[in-house]
Amino acid sequence: MADLHYLTVDEAGALLKQREISAVELTRAVLDRIAAVDGRVGAYVTVTEALALEQAAAADARIAAGEGGPLTGVPVCLKDLICTAGVLTTCSSRMLESFVPPYDAHVVERLREAGAVIVGKSNMDEFAMGSSTENSAFFPTHNPWDLGRVPGGSSGGSAAATAAGECLVALGSDTGGSIRQPAALCGVVGVKPTYGRVSRYGLVAFASSLDQIGPFGRSVRDAALVLDAISGQDGRDATSAPLDVPEFAAALTASGAASLRGLRVGVPREYLPDDLDPAVRAAVMKAIEQVADLGATVDFDLSLPSTSAALAVYYVLAPSEASANLARYDGVKYGYSYAEGASMWENMEATRQHGFGDEVKRRIMLGTYALSTGYYDAYYLKAQKVRTLIRREFDAAFEKYDVLLTPVTPTAAFRLGEKVDDPYAMYLSDIFTLPVNIAGLPGASVPCGFVTVDGKELPVGLQVLAKPFDEATMLRVAHAYEQATAWHGRRPSL
Amino acid sequence: MALTREEVLHVAKLARVALTGADVAKFQDQLSQILDHFDLLSRLDTEGVPPTTHTLPLENVMAADEPRPSLPQDAVLANAPLTQEGHLRVRAVLEE
Repeated sequence: MADLHYLTVDEAGALLKQREISAVELTRAVLDRIAAVDGRVGAYVTVTEALALEQAAAADARIAAGEGGPLTGVPVCLKDLICTAGVLTTCSSRMLESFVPPYDAHVVERLREAGAVIVGKSNMDEFAMGSSTENSAFFPTHNPWDLGRVPGGSSGGSAAATAAGECLVALGSDTGGSIRQPAALCGVVGVKPTYGRVSRYGLVAFASSLDQIGPFGRSVRDAALVLDAISGQDGRDATSAPLDVPEFAAALTASGAASLRGLRVGVPREYLPDDLDPAVRAAVMKAIEQVADLGATVDFDLSLPSTSAALAVYYVLAPSEASANLARYDGVKYGYSYAEGASMWENMEATRQHGFGDEVKRRIMLGTYALSTGYYDAYYLKAQKVRTLIRREFDAAFEKYDVLLTPVTPTAAFRLGEKVDDPYAMYLSDIFTLPVNIAGLPGASVPCGFVTVDGKELPVGLQVLAKPFDEATMLRVAHAYEQATAWHGRRPSL
Repeated sequence: MALTREEVLHVAKLARVALTGADVAKFQDQLSQILDHFDLLSRLDTEGVPPTTHTLPLENVMAADEPRPSLPQDAVLANAPLTQEGHLRVRAVLEE
């Protein structure tokens, strides 16, 4: 039998159903894997061993009774900004180092109902602000393909855990690329659903008009099975969309020759700039050719001219929203609290000085500045208008094309420490992902090859974009491509 | 555009974040560099373009006006650093 910790969800489900393994055995195998490799990878902030074994035993009882579904007994990892009742939820911040939520996020309720087994909470850039997981207040996470490199971020712990077999599937959140970018750098599948597809209830807020929860998996189908479980309207998030949810995983049947016949693919030229890493470009171009070989019509004559403004729009809007959302950390209701000051204000300012790391402070200050008197029109309002232009360009493109294909990142994984002192260089690693959040589209990252750097193989990701709420088409393309290639079957040597 | 030291201190005050002297210098440099990249926004023509606050065509989402159970008081207060008789306790806001 293959390593249990590297099973797909379907493989695990079949073995569980046939009673060849129990959910407790599967969970133990994943916990053993965490014990064996996480000292080097650093994917987890909290491992919930006792809870996991309890949930696994309950899953075994459900399976024995002939109940349960595809996720029953499946070990999952949750990014540590998704609230879990009774389990630490730190956002990898000193501010919430000892915060234990009194309730579950909507997605956690859904996973519990599905019988999934929560094995732990994963490391991240503090409050999801970053692209390398180096902004964690606790420790950095290492890329399983090269431990000297970053896993990407902000959901770097979830991506690394998925790549390293420290879970079967995981949840992350994506505000500007925080699922897709680490998925690409760790060689796993990452899906950012359309804004509104998944309830944000119980997701610690960063930028509320951009944040979206989504899955990681080692195959498109695994990610789709998780998306099936977590999607749909929830009255506790007024922005969750009142739309029916198709069955994503069940629709992933087509693969092989001609499986994408009739599909119209656009490749926007702004996503293949001259300074794109040549090896990344080669891998992505090869992948686009393979999509064409499956019967799709590919058109490179597409321009989205406002793309060049997306980084500026994002770094006005996201910090502005963050500055409002993070005002709640005042040392009064929960979290770190400085109490030695001479006044209430002094305590609050010291609480935020010591509780937040540098990147969080930078963004809070940037957002505060952009919203302050005299600058609101020039920055915030202007960025919202350019946001309209970006969305309109995507809308026009999707009148001609069913999906767009682009690279996920301009380079493969970079070295730990390489960009920590240069915030703007770090921001550039999300240049191909953040327009998607600005426009509220769904986006997926699927492994599309490797580049060799310093003798190590590093994964590259292909980004598949579709029109709002058309995750089904996006996943169909990602799945057909994946099934025609062997990249998703590669595992790092740890 | 370059931020002055006073502007950094003003923004930090608005954001209620205390900064050390070294922090002020560091953030002054970094924030100025980032703001430089925002200048391109001013060069884009957005005449007559409405702002997008939100990508979903939703407005006035109404919830049913029905009582629902809420979290017990002790659960809500469990994470608070300072409580008194079922309340969050804070230092005096208005001082002499």
